[in-house]
Amino acid sequence: MSDVQYAEPDNLAGVFDALERYGEEARLLAGGTGLVNLMKQRLVQPGALIGLRRIEALRGVSRQDGALRLGAMATHREVETSEVVRAAAPLLAETYRQVATVRIRNVATVGGGLAHADPSQDPPVALVVLRARVVLTSKDGTREIPIEEFFTDYYETAIAPDEVLTQVLVPPQPAQAGAVYLKFLPRTADDYATVAVAALVELAADGETCRDARIALGAVGSTVLQATAAAAALRGQRPTPEALREAAEQVRALVDPVDDYRGSAAYKRDMAVVFTRRALEQALARARDGAR
Amino acid sequence: MKYAITLHVNGQLYTLEVEPTRLLVDILRYDLGLTGTKEACSVGVCGACTVLVDGQMVSSCLMPGVAAAGSSITTVEGLAGREELLPVQQAFVDYGGFQCGICTPGQVIAAKALLDENPHPTAEEIKEWMMGNLCRCTGYYKILESVQRAAEGGQA
Repeated sequence: MSDVQYAEPDNLAGVFDALERYGEEARLLAGGTGLVNLMKQRLVQPGALIGLRRIEALRGVSRQDGALRLGAMATHREVETSEVVRAAAPLLAETYRQVATVRIRNVATVGGGLAHADPSQDPPVALVVLRARVVLTSKDGTREIPIEEFFTDYYETAIAPDEVLTQVLVPPQPAQAGAVYLKFLPRTADDYATVAVAALVELAADGETCRDARIALGAVGSTVLQATAAAAALRGQRPTPEALREAAEQVRALVDPVDDYRGSAAYKRDMAVVFTRRALEQALARARDGAR
Repeated sequence: MKYAITLHVNGQLYTLEVEPTRLLVDILRYDLGLTGTKEACSVGVCGACTVLVDGQMVSSCLMPGVAAAGSSITTVEGLAGREELLPVQQAFVDYGGFQCGICTPGQVIAAKALLDENPHPTAEEIKEWMMGNLCRCTGYYKILESVQRAAEGGQA
């Protein structure tokens, strides 16, 4: 790992210049908890690191035109503890809190985590359910893409070589909805999920009919997966225990887990169904309580 | 290529020239001789290398020194005064919060960070916070008790 160049610009223009200068050799350094581990394993051997910590525009968490704005350099811990996040999207605070340990959450950033694109991560699952949008900026301008289009494959994203992930925009949770993130952890509390599910259930004004349902799963495919068929099965229906069970059953055909030390593919497939049902039950209970 | 950085470690200012990939744990241990901070898992899981950077606990095995440049760092060497241990250190001694000692610097730094942020944590809060510091000897109960007693003393 010798002869690596380092740049630490204090604005985005400086980052774009550095990206141009170092080309494909460059990697952006946010918190480093993902990148440094990849470098230790020699899976990534950058010729240059571009530190983002001095760029004010990438920091902080705020409300902006109704949406939550998560700066790319906001830490997991900031999102977890932010009153603004808890008020607008409690699901997000709850999910970020389940990432690794406090020590890692103090350093790991929102943008760095998403760019890392490990399909076992927690935040993408909640962000898909919340219909978040990722903002990518280059010298030539800015584009916004839905989070589910951001992840293209195992550790692969839609970020172009000249782009920087600058922020994530999250619409607030609907008032009549309950949402939950369930992370199945049969080994240790700080592990990656064996199966992860986020569900949101929104009730219609009658308080009885399911107006909207959204479900996403992590750790059971090469990217976070949206369970559109399961969600569609609930829309406009009465969410009876039987209806939830049938909807959850739909994810069996969707998931594509691998055998590893967190469980066999067959076991994970079974658990995806179980945890989807539980997530739907808990999201519905929260919607009924008005607990969100 | 080496880059000049300054670090304030335990109240002392250091100016160093480091490669961008030189990790904070190695700077502390090998460049500054502060071997109280230990390295065990090297992937941010075990907590042995925990130090405070601007008051926040971090894994020094995952932080390039250049990313800590200009920061104030506290290692286990920086906790005690000349004569007296901090209450949280004394509690680890009094209540047997360690055995072989390898994880202890990280445990103590993590406990200090907790009590600085939350001086009266519940048992659950202590467990959740200390979850990231692994010990392969004591079985954790003595560690939890040490942190709890330190908190009851009212000072970190």
